[in-house]
Amino acid sequence: MAETHPAAPAGLPVRTGGGNRPRSTGWTGALPLLAFVALAFGIPTVALLGGAFTADGAPSTANLTASLQGAYLTALIGSVKLSAVVAIGGAVAGTFLAQAVVTSRFRALREAVLTASGVLANFGGVPLAFAWTATLGNSGVLTTRLALGEHGWSLYSFWGLALVYLYFSVPLMVLVVVPALDGLRPQWREAAQNNGASAWQFWRYVGIPVLTPSLLGGVVLLFGGAFAAYATAAAMVGTVVPLVTLQIADALTGNVLIGHENVALALSFDMIMVAGLVMAVYLPLQRRSARWLR
Amino acid sequence: MAPLTPAVPAAAVPAAAPPAGRQGRARRVRVWRGVVLAAAALYFLTPLITSFVFTVNDPVRGFTLDAYLEIFSAEGFVQSLLLSLGLAAATIVVVLLLTLPAMLAVRLSAPRLRPVLEVICTLPLVVPPITFVAGISTVLRWGPDHLAATPFYQTIIAVQNPAFPAVLVIAYVVLALPFVYRSLDAGLGAIDVRTLVEAARNCGASWPHVLLRVIIPNLRAGLASASFLTLALVLGEYTVARLLGYQPFPVWIVTISGSNAAMSVAVSIFSLLFAWLLLLVLSTAGTRKRSGS
Repeated sequence: MAETHPAAPAGLPVRTGGGNRPRSTGWTGALPLLAFVALAFGIPTVALLGGAFTADGAPSTANLTASLQGAYLTALIGSVKLSAVVAIGGAVAGTFLAQAVVTSRFRALREAVLTASGVLANFGGVPLAFAWTATLGNSGVLTTRLALGEHGWSLYSFWGLALVYLYFSVPLMVLVVVPALDGLRPQWREAAQNNGASAWQFWRYVGIPVLTPSLLGGVVLLFGGAFAAYATAAAMVGTVVPLVTLQIADALTGNVLIGHENVALALSFDMIMVAGLVMAVYLPLQRRSARWLR
Repeated sequence: MAPLTPAVPAAAVPAAAPPAGRQGRARRVRVWRGVVLAAAALYFLTPLITSFVFTVNDPVRGFTLDAYLEIFSAEGFVQSLLLSLGLAAATIVVVLLLTLPAMLAVRLSAPRLRPVLEVICTLPLVVPPITFVAGISTVLRWGPDHLAATPFYQTIIAVQNPAFPAVLVIAYVVLALPFVYRSLDAGLGAIDVRTLVEAARNCGASWPHVLLRVIIPNLRAGLASASFLTLALVLGEYTVARLLGYQPFPVWIVTISGSNAAMSVAVSIFSLLFAWLLLLVLSTAGTRKRSGS
């Protein structure tokens, strides 16, 4: 942490009496992080882009074209659909849960739900897949007790996967939206009531507009989480449901036609494009919500 | 949860000290809140309870705790768990050493760098881990192909040491950045860093003193949650480790699931309980210290 020592005084106007030192000295503390990210994140990204646009040692878009056809395209669309369903469902459910918790008078309940959310939001991956397989899988406890299999239930399907993904998406939404709900000042509600607004009008004209950026931000976050999820799907459904992450893993581990090795990289590039588009919506929104909630 | 729509407008009222005549609404709010919480409890508790039932209920022999007793003697359990814990410790140290100075510098002297830092620390969320692995494995494949004659080759070999794959630490630090950034940002936002630092400096404190005795104690909660999130991330990380061919804890669980389903579910429950315990310890430690200072 020694890096900050020479850096920080430059930014303290009281001490430097005007701050006319070169601004760049203040960056020293951030340099190790920037260098690390450039190395650990930049190089793989460059390698990925290079590989995605190289076929047989020459620059080409053949990989990209291949990644947008046939089974690969199906997988990409499947991933986007699943993520959209999970994001919207998770956002709605998470907001209601958060509101129920925020307005509750029991501090213990609030603490418990937030703590649980913190854990469950990170409870993705393999353990989640196994917990649900044990519950609703083909030989799961509920499946056998309630004979769900005879009614055509299968966890290893699009909706089964959506149900499982909600398990970490809803808590994530709670974590995202609770600070925003806390940021709704009681004064705003009192002012609205004094002006004769009904509860519905308050939400329609004050609450929802203030919350919208956080809500949409949450939707985007959930979309990203579901879109990128690999472990849960891999441990649960194998390749029954076509998902782009499963295709990439397949290609990376060698289950791919000769000459298509770089298709995995092209698919990764597609994923980054989708995720990047979504993030381009998220960042401005977050800035907007921060303006109101600080 | 669509039928619960009316809960949002109604549920907000009690916080605003409802005037007389609104008591019917208050009661309705309580009912909706109960329904929401009950539904959530049902959804979130069912898998936990049923997976426990799954592990202790043998179709032939009835109730049995074998699945839990076998865990510790299972081949590879200790080894993979120790590997995961070691990776987690290394990742936490590295990520905090990198992020904290950067964030302090941004707060104190380079506010213009803030958007850059924000973007850098959000990027790992944009780039899904699996694409990140695709990039890493491409780079690692360069090793034998292009770099064999250069000193970089030794580095590439060294970071892939199976006993302690540093390449995983590097990847995990990148993956943890968004979470650590957010925790520390919230922590730093709650204290007036500039005033604290100026006050301490005016009283003659040296910079290490300011950091260790002023900033870090005030940041305990933020540092604790950053560490916890990182720990949880590393203990649960499957994608990167699996595709790079290492066997920390989560990969091990999948490996044994083929031969022993009950035990793999038992281990899953175990890892969740462990994470829960950890969070409780950290959050109580954080609040106690905060209220004590």
